Amino acid sequence: MAVAKEIRTKIRSIKNTQKITRAMEMVAASKMRKVQDRMRRAQPYAKKMLQVIGHLAHGHPEYRHPFLDQREIKSIGVIIVTTDRGLCGGLNTNLLRATLRRMKEWSDQNITVQLCLIGKKGEAFFKRIGGSVVAQVDHLGDAPAVTDFVGVVKVMLDQYLEGKVDALYLCSNEFINTMRQEPHLQQILPLVPSENPKLKHYWDYIYEPDNAKELLDKLLTRYIESQVYRGVIENIACEQAARMIAMKNATDNAAELINELELAYHKARQAAITRELTEIVAGAAVV
Amino acid sequence: MAEVTLRIEIVSAEREIFSGQAEMVFVTGILGDLGIAPGHAPLITALKPGNVRVQLPDQKEEIFYVSGGMLEVQPYIVTVLADTAERAADIDEAAAIEAKERAEKMLAEKVSTVDFAKASVELAEAVAQIQAAQKLKKRLK
Repeated sequence: MAVAKEIRTKIRSIKNTQKITRAMEMVAASKMRKVQDRMRRAQPYAKKMLQVIGHLAHGHPEYRHPFLDQREIKSIGVIIVTTDRGLCGGLNTNLLRATLRRMKEWSDQNITVQLCLIGKKGEAFFKRIGGSVVAQVDHLGDAPAVTDFVGVVKVMLDQYLEGKVDALYLCSNEFINTMRQEPHLQQILPLVPSENPKLKHYWDYIYEPDNAKELLDKLLTRYIESQVYRGVIENIACEQAARMIAMKNATDNAAELINELELAYHKARQAAITRELTEIVAGAAVV
Repeated sequence: MAEVTLRIEIVSAEREIFSGQAEMVFVTGILGDLGIAPGHAPLITALKPGNVRVQLPDQKEEIFYVSGGMLEVQPYIVTVLADTAERAADIDEAAAIEAKERAEKMLAEKVSTVDFAKASVELAEAVAQIQAAQKLKKRLK
């Protein structure tokens, strides 16, 4: 029965693994719902912000904020959002691949790339392959706050204002549905001002303090921060969805493996019984 | 009870805090307190950390604390774009320096050019691993 015992031990160990993966699947599912909710709650702010910025930009056509200005592109800043933890399928790999493809295109056009990394996986990756990283943040957990990104966003905005980068991109996963997440590269600077057809007649705000520039500056900074926040939150939703699927697959695989092993176990057990019987019968025949 | 009300929306980057009709709204602007009644001229101002007091049509009051932000007023819509935490130039600066330092620490050996060949090999390997696992699974079925 030595073989049967070995198989039994193996089945037990796989069952334990299956328990863990099943628990992780359920945890990811519940976290995913929570993050999706956060994603939805962040929408009104960005929408309102964009409206106000639109009004301001239209009210002051003579003043071009540098964030709205198109410049010749010699250098590009990229904010890359990755997860802190693994076990989420090909999520980070796909994102890094898509980003790298774009970076290669840029470097072929002699455009330098400055990186800003959010998340541990991106950090580990660029540590190995190199790259000019100007800002980095990680260990954000499942419910990051906007204030967690203030530093990295400020570094990138300063770079933009100093003319060290001429455009800023945000690279994160887009949540399409639970089964599908896709890498998404979005330009956040310079802002493409939306045309506002509702604004027919000219009107302007009363400004307090009487300085539209300062207010616009603050608004735009907040807006970009909220964009980065949205990107990170969406990426977390993607992470949880991807982990849920990966863990579901792992649980299914474990079930299959257990089935096979059980079959092998029964076969071994029956073989042992048959052998014993033959031995007994043979023994009886001799007597 | 006044017939005319205005719509007040208080939103932060993380969630919508309040949205509804109000008779009057009181906020702490950067230049002083403001009371906004329906039909106010369009106005935009920065806010100091303080309370936003909303007088509801049923004479009740709601008070919200905001740690700064922006206020936008249009004749019948008031929007408070609230910050989620107190913000000051020096706090922002400190956060920026921290982010920079972390990046510098990360790249102690300072390789500033991306090794595309190495990167693509590494990523291709990762993808191949995933594909191999999937194939293996199919074969087992």
